[in-house]
Order: sequence, then structure tokens, then C-alpha cells
Amino acid sequence: MHNYLEFEKPIAELEGKVQELRHLTGSEEVNIADEVGKLQTKVEKLLKSTYAKLSPWQKAMVARHANRPHTVDYIRDLITEFTPLAGDRAFAEDSAIIGGMGRFRGESVVVIGHEKGADTDTRIKHNFGMAKPEGYRKAQRLMKLADQFHLPVVTFVDTPGAYPGIDAEARGQAEAIARSIEVCLSLKVPMVSVVIGEGGSGGAIAVATANQVLMLEHSIYSVISPEGCASILWRDKEQNQVAAEALRLTAQDLLKLGVIDSIIAEPLGGAHREPAAAIATVGEGIENALAEYAGLDGGVIKAKRREKFLEMGKHGLS
Amino acid sequence: MNWLKSWVRPKLRELVGQKEIPDHLWHKCPSCEEMIFHRDLEKNLRVCQHCGHHMRLNAKKRCELLFDDGEYTSIELKSPIVDPLKFKDRRKYSDRLKESQNKTGDDDAILVAHGTMGANKVVVAAFNFEFMGGSMGMAVGEGLLAAARLAVMQRAPLIVVPSSGGARMQEGILSLMQMARSTIAVEEVREAGLPYIVLLTDPTTGGVSASFAMLGDIAVSEPGAMIGFAGARVIEQTIRQQLPEGFQRAEYLYEHGMIDMVVHRTDLRDTLIRIVGLLCNPGASGELVSLEPAPKKKTVSDVDEVGEDPTPATFVDPDAIVVDAIDPNDDKKD
Ligand SMILES: [Zn+2]
Repeated sequence: MHNYLEFEKPIAELEGKVQELRHLTGSEEVNIADEVGKLQTKVEKLLKSTYAKLSPWQKAMVARHANRPHTVDYIRDLITEFTPLAGDRAFAEDSAIIGGMGRFRGESVVVIGHEKGADTDTRIKHNFGMAKPEGYRKAQRLMKLADQFHLPVVTFVDTPGAYPGIDAEARGQAEAIARSIEVCLSLKVPMVSVVIGEGGSGGAIAVATANQVLMLEHSIYSVISPEGCASILWRDKEQNQVAAEALRLTAQDLLKLGVIDSIIAEPLGGAHREPAAAIATVGEGIENALAEYAGLDGGVIKAKRREKFLEMGKHGLS
Repeated sequence: MNWLKSWVRPKLRELVGQKEIPDHLWHKCPSCEEMIFHRDLEKNLRVCQHCGHHMRLNAKKRCELLFDDGEYTSIELKSPIVDPLKFKDRRKYSDRLKESQNKTGDDDAILVAHGTMGANKVVVAAFNFEFMGGSMGMAVGEGLLAAARLAVMQRAPLIVVPSSGGARMQEGILSLMQMARSTIAVEEVREAGLPYIVLLTDPTTGGVSASFAMLGDIAVSEPGAMIGFAGARVIEQTIRQQLPEGFQRAEYLYEHGMIDMVVHRTDLRDTLIRIVGLLCNPGASGELVSLEPAPKKKTVSDVDEVGEDPTPATFVDPDAIVVDAIDPNDDKKD
């Protein structure tokens, strides 16, 4: 069944009623079907009104929803002949970032993405999407491979941030992220990144310094988590909601700031309600974004990417 | 480009007199807690004479230390949009900015200057930790880009001296984007074939370490500097373990292969001059290498005088590089 978020309580109650009524059907009169229909419309209305005005903090909750489609789901539905590639050739394989080659709309691409995992086992396996240096170094390797064979790069961004640990620091977490940004910027092939859930700081931009950055309607992208920001700037962990507000981490704000290129609409009630539909829309978004670079010279593609980041920040929010 | 130039002559300024700190003032070393005379501390380049602890230098002091005769020209930086997010935590960001500007007399946390160092032209971009912890927002990003372009224009090496806690949270996602923009600055210098040298100083962490600061062709650090991505507290909370002794210090990074050398402040200028010379003045013939083994030059004085600092100042032997690079058959003599 559905995992409801705290602010979805009224929706949960209504849908609960619908379920109850449905159990009654079959044995009772036909009237129940009518009743179910009415309630269903109510649910839709409520979903629409709730999701039309999600607060930044609520969006953070949706972005982290356990049932939200993850990178593995996007790869499964959008990429054929997917061939995972592993390892940084220096230290280890890090499953917090997965990647490989495959075909998108029939054409070879390199796909890279953070993977958070969907249950306890896979979450541990993928370290909750928090990569270590070897993860970023693997990403660098795959991006260079793409460049070498003139394949576009598609990345899915979904991470709370880079892993904060002794081993990660010892192996140069900072350098690994810095170098990944540098490799992104050096590519002479088009690179499209989609923030599908949580774009957590340096760990996110490491694989998202792209020609086009798309964001799902209810995803977030931020320099620091609302929780982290609240505890540092407000010295109060309870100020998450205020911090989320102040950080301007929603897709809508980031589009206004020119940090992202477009927003991908989510199904009613969020991507987690209808993953297949959400994934299909993301597929269209990627296709459109890549189409803009078809036939362009590699040098031009690289220059355009650079220009885009240089232009950033010329306009603030009014 | 209209670089507004302002000559800075520290000696002259001393005569005119800035906010003077009386010589009889005492400082307490934050590391060994010994008392140090203000005059002695300044004479010793703000290094504790008791324990060798390197105290932070602000951007102006840093430039005075690096440039020949302490003379340099700083460039006026384009001011970016102020407070782009209209950010307010317990206080308004715009108020915090003003306060820092009043306190430091600077516009933001970076100083971009050019001049000569060992008679070589160099461009230096130095961070000012006193300005909001040296944090990187739009202004710092613009400063790094301006520094890179100045270096390219002057065909001079770029030396960046970070001293920063990381991204400036009050500029939200735009501060994160400076990681990409500062990396573009590095790329512009690289593409021009010019050396990009980073002098890591205390602290170099977060988004600053995870972008331009870790991309130097050569990475030099001051002893004891805190360098890392994640903050120690965050790591402790995540892994619930005590952090090892010396964790994220310059010496730790050196041991882990992340930086080229740890150099005492007294030797810093000479070391940087030598590095710039080796990279920019390869020799009369213009050839990068010579097959003739060059006479061994004495490298910078050793750091024994630092006393208990266990870190060896580590220098690359230029001759060794020549041999390795050119002739694999030539046996290394030492
Ligand atoms: Zn001391």
C-alpha cells in the first residue's frame, strides 16, 4: 500500500474510505459504485489542491519519498541493452553511483546516476545514494568513456550528499568531486542531467554540471539540506521548514534563478503515485534536451555548457 | 576591460598609519596557549615561536608575504547581484554582509592582485577568512574568474590561496554553482598553458575544497591547515566514531597523496618562486628538459627550526623529474 506523508493525512483518510467501500462492493447494492466514484473525485481534488501548493519543506519530503522512482527504475524503463560498468580502476566499486552504457531511443548513451535503494538491503548496498570518492571517480571514468566514443551522457541526480566518513576523506572526497565537475565541463558530447529526487550539494553537482539540467516538479536541489542549514544558521534543528523556505531549493525557484533549464511535470500526487508515467515524461524531457545538441560540433557543445554556467546568477529573485 | 587599479604600498601605508596594534600587546597561541608578544608574532609571520602553529593571515597580509617587497596591485572586482535570494535566517544576509564589509573594509571574501614574485609576473587570488569565514558566493566566483582572466591576459601563473569554510549558504544554490564557475576559471588558465598553483591554508573545506582548491597543477599547503570536504562534526555524527589524530590536517592529506608538499610559512615564498620558475622559465634554450644532469641546487632551508613540528617539508627534486621524464634508461643516481 501507499506510504503517506504527514501532510497527506486528509488524503489518506479519504482513500481509506474508498478502500472500505470497495470491500463492500460485490455483496451490497450498486449505489456503492456511485459513492466510490464521488469519493474518488474528492480524492483527486484534494490531491490536486495539496500538490499545487506544496511548501518547500513538503517538497523535500516528496523528493525523498520511499516509493519515488529511483535511478534503477529510470534505467529499466528508458534504457535498452543496459550494460552496467563498474569500478574506478583505482580502489573499489561504489554502488552509490551506478552507471553504464545502453540505448536511449535507439541510440547509445552513457548513463550515470545516484541510487538510493528501495528497501533495507538495497539501501545499505547503495549506501543511501551517498557516494565515496571511488563513486565519483567511476563517474569520471564513464564520462571520459562517453567522450572517447562520442556518446551523449545522461545523469540522474538523487543523493542526500557525498558520504561524510573517515575513509571517504582519506581517499580525497573533495578532490574526487572537484575532478568530476572538471570532467563534466570538459565533455565534447552533450550531457543532460535530471534531478529526480534530492540534489544534495557537492555530491549532486559533481555529476550535474551539464548542458541541460532538468528537474522533476517536486524534486529539490540545494547547497545544503534544510536540516543542516537549520542547525547551522538557526542553531535549531526544528527550523527545517523555515530553512527550506529560505534556501530556494524548489524546481520552480531554481528555474527563475536560471540554475535549471526546465521542469518536468509529475503525475497527480507526485511521481511516487504513478512511477511509470513519471518515468515516461522524464524520457520525453531527456529526448527533447538531447535533440537541441544534435549535429553540433563538440567544441560548441562544450562552450555552450561553460557559457551557461558563467551566465548563472546574473538575476536574483525579486 | 576596465580594471580599476589601486596601488598598494604597504610600507607607505604603515607610515600613514592604519589601525595600529601596540607592540606590547600579548597574544595567546590557540594551539599551545603560550603567550606571544604582538611584535614577535608579526615578525615571525604569525607563526607561534613556541609550537610552530600557523595562525591565519588575511588576504592583504598574505599578498604582502608573497609579492616582491610586499608590493602588489589589487584589481577592483565587479560587484555581483547583492543578496540574490533575499535570504534571512536569524538575521538578514544583507545586514551580515554590510557588517563584514565594515569590519574588514573589503567588499567580499576575495582579494585579486598582481605583481611580481621572484621577478616573475604572478596573479594571486587570496581569500579573507575574516569575511564571513571566507565563504564562496557570487562575489568570490566572480573574483576567481577575474583572477583567471587577468592571469591569461598577462600570461602569468595563477596562485590561489583559499582560506574558507566552503559555500556561502546565504546564497543557496547560487553558491553551489560557484563550484562549477570556479572550475571554469581553472580551465581557462589551464587552456592558456599557464600554471595553476593552489596554496591551501587553514581552513579549506566544503564546496571550496571540492572545486578549484583541489584542482591545482601543484598543491602546496601550510602546516596544520584543516583541509577536507565534510566537517568533522558531521562525520562524527554519521559514523559515531572518534576521528583519528591529525585527521584532515595538511600532513594527513600529504600522507594520503592529496597534496604535493607541506611548507612552513618562512619557506613559502621561496618555494613558490622556485615552482613558478621551474614551470615558466624552463631554460635558455626553451627546452623543457636537459639530458645533462644539472648540478644539484640546494633546496629551501629545512624546517628543523620549527622544533616539534614533525612534518617534513617535502620538496620535489627538480633533477629527479628531469631524469624520469626524459630518459627511462638513465639510472637514477640517488
Ligand atoms: Zn603555539
